Amino acid sequence: MTQVRDHTAPRRRGRVPAALLVPAGLGLLFLVLPLAGLVIRAPWTTLPQRLTEPGALTALRLSVQTATLATVLCLLLGVPLAWMLARVEFPGRRLVRALVTVPLVLPPVVGGVALLLVFGRRGLLGGWLDATFGITLPFTTAGVVLAESFVAMPFLVIAVEGALRAADHRYEEAAATLGASRWTTFTHVTLPLVAPGLAAGAVLCWARALGEFGATITFAGNYPGRTQTMPLAVYLALETDLESAIVLSLVLLVVSVGILVALRDRWMTSA
Amino acid sequence: MSGRATRTVVAVLVAALTVTGCGAGDDRASGGAGDGRVTGAVTVFAAASLTESFTRIGKDFEAANPGSTVTLNFAGSSALANQINQGAPADVFASAAPANMTTVTEAGNADGAPNVFARNQLVIAVPRGNPRQVTGLADLSRPGVKVALCANQVPCGAAARTALDSAGVALTPVTLEQDVKGALAKVKLGEVDAALVYRTDARAAHADVTGVEFPESARAVNDYPILALKDAPNPTGARAFVAYVRSTPAQAVLAEAGFQTP
Amino acid sequence: MSGALLDARLVVERGAFRLDVPLRVAPGEVVALLGPNGAGKTTALRALAGLHPLTNGHVTLDGIDLDRPATRGWVPTERRSIGVVFQDYLLFPHLSALDNVAFGPRRHGVDRRASRATAREWLGRVGLSAQAHRRPRQLSGGQAQRVALARALAVAPALLLLDEPLAALDARTRLDTRAELHRHLSAHPGATVLVTHDPLDALALADRLVIVEGGRVVQEGDGPSVTARPRTDYVARLVGLNLYRGRAEGHGVRVAPELTLTVADRLDGEAFVAFRPAAVALHPTRPEGSPRNTWAGTVAGVQRHGDNVRVQLDGPIGVAADVTPAAAAQLRLAQGQRVWVAVKAAETHAYPATG
Repeated sequence: MTQVRDHTAPRRRGRVPAALLVPAGLGLLFLVLPLAGLVIRAPWTTLPQRLTEPGALTALRLSVQTATLATVLCLLLGVPLAWMLARVEFPGRRLVRALVTVPLVLPPVVGGVALLLVFGRRGLLGGWLDATFGITLPFTTAGVVLAESFVAMPFLVIAVEGALRAADHRYEEAAATLGASRWTTFTHVTLPLVAPGLAAGAVLCWARALGEFGATITFAGNYPGRTQTMPLAVYLALETDLESAIVLSLVLLVVSVGILVALRDRWMTSA
Repeated sequence: MSGRATRTVVAVLVAALTVTGCGAGDDRASGGAGDGRVTGAVTVFAAASLTESFTRIGKDFEAANPGSTVTLNFAGSSALANQINQGAPADVFASAAPANMTTVTEAGNADGAPNVFARNQLVIAVPRGNPRQVTGLADLSRPGVKVALCANQVPCGAAARTALDSAGVALTPVTLEQDVKGALAKVKLGEVDAALVYRTDARAAHADVTGVEFPESARAVNDYPILALKDAPNPTGARAFVAYVRSTPAQAVLAEAGFQTP
Repeated sequence: MSGALLDARLVVERGAFRLDVPLRVAPGEVVALLGPNGAGKTTALRALAGLHPLTNGHVTLDGIDLDRPATRGWVPTERRSIGVVFQDYLLFPHLSALDNVAFGPRRHGVDRRASRATAREWLGRVGLSAQAHRRPRQLSGGQAQRVALARALAVAPALLLLDEPLAALDARTRLDTRAELHRHLSAHPGATVLVTHDPLDALALADRLVIVEGGRVVQEGDGPSVTARPRTDYVARLVGLNLYRGRAEGHGVRVAPELTLTVADRLDGEAFVAFRPAAVALHPTRPEGSPRNTWAGTVAGVQRHGDNVRVQLDGPIGVAADVTPAAAAQLRLAQGQRVWVAVKAAETHAYPATG
């Protein structure tokens, strides 16, 4: 059954097998249908007025700010940690790697309680921080950033460590033969080499921080303008007004998807 | 995902399994509708603040009605109301606030009118021993006293607002918690000095928390209504359970937990 | 040899493998480490670069101990005056050719402008001024090799190390690049150590060959002496000679219990005998007359070899013979066939196995 037009058409690598196509389609449907549910149930007529409610915008701004700060914090701490895990042999490395993933399996609410036990008023470090520097973290915006970072950092560390392991470490040897110290090698060679993985990790981290709920409410509480992020606002809206909750969720969704798509185009196309 | 959202998912799963079990085993064929005997499973959606007392009442009910089993699903009243209106297969709904009950009745899901079976009042929850010497609402506005309230959107928050307003006390809480357990947890962990919570919650946490009564709480009493649902899979069981909750033994259990009884 | 710029004894033990290679290289000299895969050549190179620590021995460059386990002397890679051309070049993919070459000078404390000027000059020397702003992936294999060379030389290293510098190139590019590489290596004032498994590269580029097998030096010398007098099968095969070791007495060398080869040279004691495959004649019957060295062999394999046919023969000694296609046809050579092998004494070359 050769088609005459095949001479000009680009060559195909055979048909996509149904055994892959069907579950792939179902998977996509499973992910997209709930979204469609939100869109369909959204109160489109009252949407503009609901959007401009000051509470919604405040929560949105706080969410974007804290998620971004949390991502910066995760980059500053998480990238060196990923480098250690990927490049340095030290005793207990496997244990450390397992510990890094703990926030992934810990229910975020428990994560929030754990943070309180360390940084709270009576926490291991919290009391000392308060007494020495007058710093209190619970119920502050900094506390939100901390809670989001705790939950989101594993995403960054795992992504960056994977990228570091996949990168050819002989480039680092080449840099050393050219006189580069380990630090210069890290900044001038290693980081650029893993830039796509780094960007992917940062984006995952940011997205996770943006949607963070459990650890935030537990550790930082809920106060409009200070610690009430979008997910908290959504949850509270759900108590009284389903439609409000849907609108807020849609806003969060549109903003996050918009930013992710924009970043993806800019950073990750060369990957 | 939040703990509460997780609980909601679990609740829905449990409910779904219950229905499936019913279809397969047919163990609750609304047994003995004629002779008034209650058998089969009775699924009760109850406000989270009823957790301790309804667990006991459920056991007592099973003992009084051999052949029946009570499945309890505890969550925030508004979440439960949403689930019921979205078609969750429940027999009975016990709410911590009339507003959430209204959501259900207005959606046409009620079998008859709701009955108030318990009342709850606010107390000031302080760490055990009351280190800050809190004796009334006015103490909460002292500088340096950190207070957790429930958010205005949830019943305990609305009640707290009413009480504070009637006492003429203006205070800025450090956090507006999503539910009363959240506010209580902050007291237990020592992150706040006080929280306005229900007397029942304070009593359940008496190991870590002391409840300080205050007179203005009488202005913000919370009614707990209960009703059988129209689409109850087990209507006989539903009515029997509602009746049992208002019986003397059940009311005693509620009183012991700190509820006022009507 | 005094005045060696590089003086090293490279001892690296790794499991059952042991590398032990003494190495001295004078300024301006190019030494090739030649050997089969797994001989330890690359390990030796990495030890010189400080990418693999020595177990024992030493690396002394320009009088400074870079690595000496006995005294715990150690200079890390980034502080050694070296330049390395890696087998697959390892040009930094995120930097242009110019920035790749400027990377070394920049790390050696030269400011950005001067580094780039140096890099531009080196790219000019390797003929790649026009490609300065290309990324490595936009360069051909030969161009990438030249950038890698420029990058290694731009820091003016005392010791230049090259790991199979031409292995990644196709045959045609290889020829041109080899000639150009030779020019640059000749101009390099420091010591150069080159690792390769290709005898042609070694002969074309190096002043001296060090043959490494199984972690040890088996032969050392300049190109002509090594090719004329191979001391192991590996070298003999590399240069295309039949090589045997035996006991010499006058003009006879006993290379097998029942075979003594008559040779032109006269010597006594342990000796090697070498002769070219083309010097071997094959006969269907026992030849009469002049050749003294004749024996019966069995054809083990026949294959084309250039314009001729190479015949592998078993017998008292294994031997390779090159015959013309016409002769091969006439003999009707087939595997398992018995033929008579003859080598003229004048075609053999015998030399002592010791010293």
